[in-house]
Amino acid sequence: MSDIAISGIMQEFKGERRELIPILQHTQEALGYLHKDAIRAVARWLKISENEIYGVATFYAQFRFHPPGENHIKVCLGTACHVSGALNFVEVLKADMNLSHGETSPDGKFSFERVACLGCCSLAPVVVTNHEVHGRMNRVKFIELLNSLRGIVTENQARSDNEQ
Amino acid sequence: MSSDISAARTLPTETATKTSMNEKMMFLVCEGTGCVSSKSPEIRKALATVVKQLKLGKKAEVGFTGCHGFCQQGPIVVVEPEGIFYCRVKPEDAKSLVEAQLKDGKPVKQCYYRHPATKEEIPHYRDIMFYKEQQRIILRNCGKINPEKVSDYEARGGYQALRKVILEMTPDEIIEEVYRSGLRGRGGAGFSTGIKWDICRKVEGDVKYVICNGDEGDPGAFMDRSILEADPHSVIEGLIILGFAIGAHKGFIYVRAEYPLAVKRVRVALQQARERGYLGAGILGSEFSFDVEIFEGAGAFVCGEETALIASIEGRRGTPRVRPPFPAKEGLWGKPTIINNVKTLASVPVILTRGADWYASIGTEKSKGTAVFALTGKIANSGLVEVPMGVPLSTIIYNIGGGIPNKKAFKAVQTGGPSGGCLPTSKLDLPIDFDSLTAAGSMMGSGGLVVMDEDTCMVDVAKFFLSFTQSESCGKCTPCRVGIRLMVDILDKICQGKGEEKDLDRLEKLGNIVKNGSLCGLGQTAPNPVLTSLRYFRMEFLTHVVDKRCPAVVCRDLVTFRIIPDRCTGCMRCVSVCPTQAITGPRSQPHNLDRSKCIKCRSCYEICRFDAIAGDAIIIES
Repeated sequence: MSDIAISGIMQEFKGERRELIPILQHTQEALGYLHKDAIRAVARWLKISENEIYGVATFYAQFRFHPPGENHIKVCLGTACHVSGALNFVEVLKADMNLSHGETSPDGKFSFERVACLGCCSLAPVVVTNHEVHGRMNRVKFIELLNSLRGIVTENQARSDNEQ
Repeated sequence: MSSDISAARTLPTETATKTSMNEKMMFLVCEGTGCVSSKSPEIRKALATVVKQLKLGKKAEVGFTGCHGFCQQGPIVVVEPEGIFYCRVKPEDAKSLVEAQLKDGKPVKQCYYRHPATKEEIPHYRDIMFYKEQQRIILRNCGKINPEKVSDYEARGGYQALRKVILEMTPDEIIEEVYRSGLRGRGGAGFSTGIKWDICRKVEGDVKYVICNGDEGDPGAFMDRSILEADPHSVIEGLIILGFAIGAHKGFIYVRAEYPLAVKRVRVALQQARERGYLGAGILGSEFSFDVEIFEGAGAFVCGEETALIASIEGRRGTPRVRPPFPAKEGLWGKPTIINNVKTLASVPVILTRGADWYASIGTEKSKGTAVFALTGKIANSGLVEVPMGVPLSTIIYNIGGGIPNKKAFKAVQTGGPSGGCLPTSKLDLPIDFDSLTAAGSMMGSGGLVVMDEDTCMVDVAKFFLSFTQSESCGKCTPCRVGIRLMVDILDKICQGKGEEKDLDRLEKLGNIVKNGSLCGLGQTAPNPVLTSLRYFRMEFLTHVVDKRCPAVVCRDLVTFRIIPDRCTGCMRCVSVCPTQAITGPRSQPHNLDRSKCIKCRSCYEICRFDAIAGDAIIIES
């Protein structure tokens, strides 16, 4: 699967060492994360070691090495969000689903990432689920949001089960 | 100052006339990140449908703009040329909005901005105090133009500066003009832009690079995002002028990956600039060639530092290196490189069209022009504020920001993000510019201005910033990597009530070691939030350490929750939200709180405040 994705990406670049970060960004965009086979393919293509790629990729917060969950939750922990109680959401995720930063739930339904600032400080505290920004959250609203996502998950599940 | 404001007020009307060719009414929906998150694209669709249904296509048009800087009131719809400001609009308001404007319908009062104290409805943009006292130079086009239409930018004088410099000025004249204007880098350090350009201009070499630094990593700052989303052409124009001035042919715009909309808008703008001949080979018929590439950052705060940013574009780990040599002499791929902040570049075109003398007449003796602040936290009007340098903090917080909401008392204002510090009430009259903030122990930084009220614990805030810099430290310099970690550990101890008095001295000592022993701005400024808090709020630290109390009732290990039986109506709301079943009790009888089960999550406290009958039956004590 990763080989196919990489060959598509290879056409967009010249294959120079300086393009490493954009190449990794495109790879992650295509696969959802940096699969180890994809990293190997990029290393061969750019004629650099896998170590060097891991060195660069682990430095930047954007890169993931595990598949994200069906619902990717980003909790903003910027200043404005922090003073408005954003740590509550981190706690809820830990208490409810035993999820910490960078982890995906065992069933693959949820993953969680804490981010520094999304630039939506006027709407603090902010949570992003699947690219959708939710402003002015509180603990109770956040739990409701998670439940609604669970609802969607189960509905989708039910639909695909029915189809089978 | 007042004349500029009135000039700015008349501009939207002119644009509307010029761009639409007749007196069409424009419904401009804000589509910045903030408003999009509150569903503004749906509002635009709804407005367009209503205009179509009512067959008003000849009289009215629906368009969109970038960020107005007042995201808190979003979604925002502005009606031009009248200048009516509608906020917190919902898609279902579309019909009544159009009817109110075009069919003599009832005014849609629920969408007018309300004065936070008097609750008076204010329909006009120009009368809203948040905008009234601002002087918008850097943000001149934000919210006024469609960021995806180059013609809108041109209608407001865009690319005239580029035309002027390419056809009429020599590079030395441009640099002289920028130097005379007194413009200082808006990224935080405040170095003279003219001098920086001059150094690079004088370095021999055919290949030079220019970079726009849009890696706005400071938590609490979002002006660069807004500018790139709302007025990308002003930044591109500034970058082309910079390239022409120093003799570069290639530019980069480095944007944070967390800002997808900004990346999209810049991409559209670059394409349009190429089509119009502002970018590419032989710009505006001259011999000057220049092109710009976008580079998306991959999420590392330290990449805001020049040398780390360069390493990142080169495809390496973003660690800073020793300076000198400065990038102006040896930068990207070893070539002379100028890196300027988004706001610096957005200022350049307007300085060159209106002249250095005009720009130098704004601001203070050593800090010229205006400063953009991202005003957030416990403040009635939060958003982007642009004021001349030298305006006192109190003007921003009380006149523009509308003061502290919920009848709480002002406690501190944090300026400059993780590099800055917390200033107390006694500093409210401080005229803010680069130098006065540094003298007070804080920093201009990228312009974050987070207001804190009596419910904010200064120890907790200091810990927050330090934890941030600790996790963002690249690890190259030991004082930064280890020193900040040790400081976080001490603050943790203090927040848990295990601190000792000598910990405060240790914090100060460690802070100074980190400041002096680090290579780049991250380490050199990281201890600032702790050091200023210790300077201005030492009593609060002592209360934590000596009395083991948190006066703001924030530090969890030092507080307890209590239900006041006389006030509790037994509505069960808190029982239903308590995650650990610590609260019990039958309906209509005062509830019980089992402290051994309580995890102090505040859910019950919040639900009692906002959703329950009693409103104040649960209190937090320290």
